[in-house]
Amino acid sequence: MDDRERLKAFEQTVLPHLDAAYNLARWLAGNDHDAQDVTQEASLRAFKFFGSFRGDNARAWLLTIVRHTFYNWLRKNRPPEIAGELDDEALLVEDVSVNAEAVNLRVADAETVHRAIAGLPVEFREIVVLRELEGFSYKEIADLSDVPIGTVMSRLARARRQLRKNLAGEFKTGGAQ
Amino acid sequence: MNCRQAQPLINPSLDGELDAAGILELEQHIRDCPACALAWRNAQALKKSLKQDALFFPAPTELRRRIKAELRSQVETKSRWSFWHWDWWTAATTSVATASLALLLTVTLNRPSAPQRLTREIVSSNIRSLMANHMLDVVSTDQHTVKPWFNGKLDFSPPVKDLAAHEFPLIGGRLDYIGGHSVAALVFHRHQHVINLFIWPVNEKDSTPAVPPPLQGYHVIHWTNAGMTFWAVSDLNEKELMEFVQDYEATGLLK
Repeated sequence: MDDRERLKAFEQTVLPHLDAAYNLARWLAGNDHDAQDVTQEASLRAFKFFGSFRGDNARAWLLTIVRHTFYNWLRKNRPPEIAGELDDEALLVEDVSVNAEAVNLRVADAETVHRAIAGLPVEFREIVVLRELEGFSYKEIADLSDVPIGTVMSRLARARRQLRKNLAGEFKTGGAQ
Repeated sequence: MNCRQAQPLINPSLDGELDAAGILELEQHIRDCPACALAWRNAQALKKSLKQDALFFPAPTELRRRIKAELRSQVETKSRWSFWHWDWWTAATTSVATASLALLLTVTLNRPSAPQRLTREIVSSNIRSLMANHMLDVVSTDQHTVKPWFNGKLDFSPPVKDLAAHEFPLIGGRLDYIGGHSVAALVFHRHQHVINLFIWPVNEKDSTPAVPPPLQGYHVIHWTNAGMTFWAVSDLNEKELMEFVQDYEATGLLK
């Protein structure tokens, strides 16, 4: 395969997932400008390493690269946002106390949900987007973010708990209809 | 099932990650437990809140256009370079004068020519195959399994031959990656030595075996025949490797 054929194959298998790539970058970076930078860099990198793509899941492969590109970018541009290691183990016990918040959660409008997601720490934003907006399975998320599947489950549960809290806060302040 | 067991299963169940038996047990528990039923409804409401098209950001058209343009220009620039390199390498072989000029250029630019880079890549690939546990994807004392094994894994059919009669038994094959594309690698033995034969299709005229200078103690011979290019690499001495090449070319295809 020469470079032109390689580009053609890349355009056919990988570029159709550019929406997914930008969506993840947009949620991670929090604004359009930085998301475009990250997506562009990730796409060029993906092309460079296209030869190593053997799998059948081009979307997961591209998003893995977006994720790496983003965290490199974050380290360079916004180091304070990199929190300490998430304590992924502390969860299962903690989550059972969900009963304590005996609120009735309503379905919220997009704007409210947007604010609630945006208020999550970056690792939680990431897992919520991968699961709920991109629709990846636990196993795919585990492969994509290079963590054990148990960590995916506990992190996702914590992210949702936090998200529910944020939404409940939005309801209180009258952000939701 | 009690609440402590039920609650961690609520989200996996809504995510479609719970098996049928688990779902059944969970549903039974929820029917009898108002607290867990509430947790279930909340989890469901959260999922519904997240399933809104307005939350998905599609890539801006301008970004898409920019990425495509950048990729195109990268490919164009690169192909001009490699054409140029290949060109003066070919010229170099035709006369001593151009050879020294090419050498000068190589030194000046400090960039290896395309065939040199390829030789280097072939030799490293050979070394990797010996080091890592990655000599063979398909092991075959039965050589007839090697050829069909490549079917569907490559977009071409490599000419697989066995040279057992010439004391170069075929022992298997694997997929490898050379010069930006997937290639077939056939593995042969001679006594304790291993020969890796890399094969991929090219758009070039047939060429007789050429012997670039050995690299890191490995001998390399390459030739092109009927639209396929062949690179044999081994720690065998050059004479025996050339015998292998000649035997390979003289032997008929494996049926």
